[in-house]
Amino acid sequence: MAEGVVSTTARIAKEQGLDVVTEVVVRLGELQHVDHEILEFALDQLRTPIMRDAKFILESISTKLRCRVCGEQWLFSPEALGEEISEAIHFVPEMAHVYLKCPRCGSPDYEVVEGRGVWLASIKGVKRDG
Amino acid sequence: MADPRLDVIGQWLAGARQIVAVCSGKGGVGKSVIAATLALILKRRGNRVGLLDLDFTSPSTHVILGVEGLQPEEERGIIPPLAHGLRYMSIVYYAVDKPAPLRGVDVSNAIIELLSITRWGELDYLLIDMPPGIGDATLDMIRLTRGIHFLLVTTPSRVAFETVRKLLVLLQELGVPVVGVIENMVMRPSTHIRDQVERLGAPYLGAIAFDPELEEALGDVERLMETKFADGVGCVASELEGRAL
Repeated sequence: MAEGVVSTTARIAKEQGLDVVTEVVVRLGELQHVDHEILEFALDQLRTPIMRDAKFILESISTKLRCRVCGEQWLFSPEALGEEISEAIHFVPEMAHVYLKCPRCGSPDYEVVEGRGVWLASIKGVKRDG
Repeated sequence: MADPRLDVIGQWLAGARQIVAVCSGKGGVGKSVIAATLALILKRRGNRVGLLDLDFTSPSTHVILGVEGLQPEEERGIIPPLAHGLRYMSIVYYAVDKPAPLRGVDVSNAIIELLSITRWGELDYLLIDMPPGIGDATLDMIRLTRGIHFLLVTTPSRVAFETVRKLLVLLQELGVPVVGVIENMVMRPSTHIRDQVERLGAPYLGAIAFDPELEEALGDVERLMETKFADGVGCVASELEGRAL
């Protein structure tokens, strides 16, 4: 995950002609249950010279689910899950459909409206020529 | 918004010298048994081999290989455990024996997720057991996996071949490399499928005879390797080894 964030940051910085990256905003969907401290540590280990002093801002996004059968909308709550299920969903968030059902009608056919996984929301930086 | 998963897939697959997707337009033609058996044969011939089961809604290679109780190791992503010497990855590590009802967008997301976290290391062959059809998995693997080749499986049935023909035409139109077509479960000699495949300009890799002993050998790799079916797959393995994909 950290490799992905660093690789994407480097690619976008290159595409935008940035010489220095100053800030990266990463949105973490709660469904994937990412440990912020571990991710921050990994990002520190992997950051490349262009992002040496960049601030990585990690934002949690609540996971909103909507049932395709009955239309029920609800917020995902990781607290009730056991460790094994939580870990399965952490590695492959689509495993939610294996273990979680619509609280109203019991269907596994729902969509993750928001808060699924990890996204790079924005990158700020400085160009040498301006 | 950018998806950071897409930038690491190539990195994690870079150690695989040849990536071969075993696929078909139709289910039930023997893709999974061929993929698993081919992987075992290539391994026994001294190659480093990975096997990825991408049939998320109906995974079956774990049954064919008799895999139980394995879990990937977590280290900067996940490292597939060894099953009979194969680096083996399947959704069953996470779904266990429960149904995984996934729509197309979920299948795509799960494929991207698995490819972006699985560290295969150095491999001579990475074989992929594909779900049937020309759906999300096929399109995603073409989009995401540089250098992928497709190995098509049909039966002598005109119904099966009609779906394989469409898949073959699609791959050819997209310029995706095709290793060739295997004719599986052959019950009597005929050149019909060979003629059709060659007319489409694709290599016909051979016929594998229907083997009534195969079902009893599933789950027991030693027994599987002794079947006539495995002999037939061995010829395909030789074809694969003889080509620089």
